[in-house]
Amino acid sequence: MSNIFASRHQNGGDDHDPACPVSIHDMTVAYHRRPVLWDIDYAAPQGKLIGIVGPNGAGKSTLIKACMGLLPLASGSVRFYGKPYRAQRQIVGYVPQRESVDWDFPASALDVVTMGRYGRLPWCIPPRRRDKNAALAALEQVGMAEFSHRQISRLSGGQQQRVFLARALAQDALIYFMDEPFAGVDASTEAAIVTLLRALKARGRTVLIVHHDIQTVREYFDEVMLLNMRIIAAGPVEEVFTQENLQKTYGGRLTLLDKAAQAMARIGRH
Amino acid sequence: MTGWQWDIDGWIVLAGILSAVSCALLGNYLVLRRMSLMGDAISHAVLPGLAIAFLISHSRSSVPMFVGAVSAGLLTAVLSQTVHRYGKVEHGAAMGVVFSVLFALGLILIRQAADHVDLDPGCVLYGNINQIPLDAIGSALPPPILNLGIVLLVNVAFIALFYKEMKISTFDPQLATTVGIPADLMHYALMVLVSVTTVANFESVGSILVIAMLIVPGVTAHLLTDRLGAMIAVSIIVAVFSAVVGHVFAAFGPAWIGLPGSTHTSAMMAVVAGGLLLIAVLLAPRHGVISRAWHRLILSLNIIRDDVLSLLLRWQEVRPEGGRPIRQAEVLAAIGDSPLTRWSLRTLVRSGYVMLDRTGRGDDADGMKLTASGLSRATGLIRSHRLWEAYIDKHFKLPTSHLHLSAERVEHYITSEMRDEMSADLTSPQHDPHGRAIPPEQGEG
Repeated sequence: MSNIFASRHQNGGDDHDPACPVSIHDMTVAYHRRPVLWDIDYAAPQGKLIGIVGPNGAGKSTLIKACMGLLPLASGSVRFYGKPYRAQRQIVGYVPQRESVDWDFPASALDVVTMGRYGRLPWCIPPRRRDKNAALAALEQVGMAEFSHRQISRLSGGQQQRVFLARALAQDALIYFMDEPFAGVDASTEAAIVTLLRALKARGRTVLIVHHDIQTVREYFDEVMLLNMRIIAAGPVEEVFTQENLQKTYGGRLTLLDKAAQAMARIGRH
Repeated sequence: MTGWQWDIDGWIVLAGILSAVSCALLGNYLVLRRMSLMGDAISHAVLPGLAIAFLISHSRSSVPMFVGAVSAGLLTAVLSQTVHRYGKVEHGAAMGVVFSVLFALGLILIRQAADHVDLDPGCVLYGNINQIPLDAIGSALPPPILNLGIVLLVNVAFIALFYKEMKISTFDPQLATTVGIPADLMHYALMVLVSVTTVANFESVGSILVIAMLIVPGVTAHLLTDRLGAMIAVSIIVAVFSAVVGHVFAAFGPAWIGLPGSTHTSAMMAVVAGGLLLIAVLLAPRHGVISRAWHRLILSLNIIRDDVLSLLLRWQEVRPEGGRPIRQAEVLAAIGDSPLTRWSLRTLVRSGYVMLDRTGRGDDADGMKLTASGLSRATGLIRSHRLWEAYIDKHFKLPTSHLHLSAERVEHYITSEMRDEMSADLTSPQHDPHGRAIPPEQGEG
């Protein structure tokens, strides 16, 4: 898309490991030509809970949206078990931020969870009984079965978050992206989410979670990616989640990156 | 106007129904996407499309006009999206900017290049719905009815076929896109239909009815329902009702209030729809004015009931050896005598919380005693009240005299879990700050 980057990486996609759930090669993402993520190289390990941690504006949500093709890549490539996203939609599940939708929408919790099955259905075919059953089972798993017929605006914030998680469960994916599932939820929902994540891991699912609370990283995750426009460090929590790396992630940005990004936005306009 | 004539009024009402329903169907999605203004925007912005189509084709025949208008409508949708995204302004403002500029451009084009096109402003506003019966003379099906019917069929087919796709891309466009249902494509498909519907309805029913029917039935239905299917059904009912009643009012209403003649059907249909919306605002089950007033009434009734129960318990507390029960007149004096208080006393007796000691000397002389379930409920309230006082006293430095009022307000809302929490925090206190006993938790009565 952008000729500034095009020459850098011509062979995107050739050297992705087909056994790796999510492999990101040399990804750069730009908003209005201004890069917000630089040179991301990452291979997610199979069957782990992976926290994506970094300050506001570090590009955490941007990273997972770009992986799923919601934002265009300025350069680089992403593969899911060696194949591009288009070929692997069925095995990727997504939990967006809770505030990204209008909860006044006229739908029940069950309706929303059933949407998790829409991707498996052909165009114009309505969900069938077995989709409803899968949705009900997913609601059961997050402890929301008794609220299945409640209108979604009459659920608490924590309950709404559980509905989103149930919807992802109904997708029955191998890889999950979750955007701040712990944001603004009560303690019991937080505990329920953790239990659910561990159950997913036990079934061999790979889960990448944008997370804002560095206090709980050690407790919740196996792996962590420290992100601030670029990957500062990524790997097992006990190796990577060090005071020094946190300092690099949160303390003072690499101001040169900011300057370069601004310059590119400015020059790009001309 | 004389009476109802099927060969005249029938056609007008049919045109109104076809038009209102096809607008209302799409309007549901515009309302849910917070883009209700789009109908307004497109109906203004088609003007330059009409002018350019005329300049190119040099005719007023309907095909080039239709193509021109629909393209202008689509352009509005695309430009609004662009202005919204790149100009960083909200949707409504983006639409406003685009349609006013396009409308102005249309006026200039018509003035400068096509001055001899006769565009009747009245016709644009209310359309020619009352002329439709004239078209029916000599043909089985008047052309405007045919056009409106086709548009309605297309809209119904679109919503029926793509129900699931429209639902997910309206509620959560990001998820839709990730699972392979392109939300952008659905958005522009909706915009094409809104353009086509707007333009097709323009000539027959006019822009006022189109704009009203794109917004009002959807908003009304949204207030009254909490499922998408039900919302669509209610919006259709609102549309049909407005069309029928609107025409009846327009044709016969002036005569009922002693005015001569009849008024314009399209405008009256829009007014009726607005009236329905007003009723919905008053009556809506959750957000409605009346339901909120009802909930407030029930709440104040419950607060009075709680106050009576705690009063009876306190009366018994200071008379451990029995003594005479409190008289109803004393309760009324303590709580404040009002019809609401008397009503809540009756409900307390009826629901088995309070027993009456009949004296036969009139209601006010009757004694009031707590039953077992009344005692249990009252104990919970007193426990809430005194725990709250103790809890606030521990954590905030307030004068002891201020504690009672705060507890008086809060006691009605405290659940048994919250009581357990306060009790744990205070390590099971026996007395409140005033030295009165905090009763132990009882089984649910």
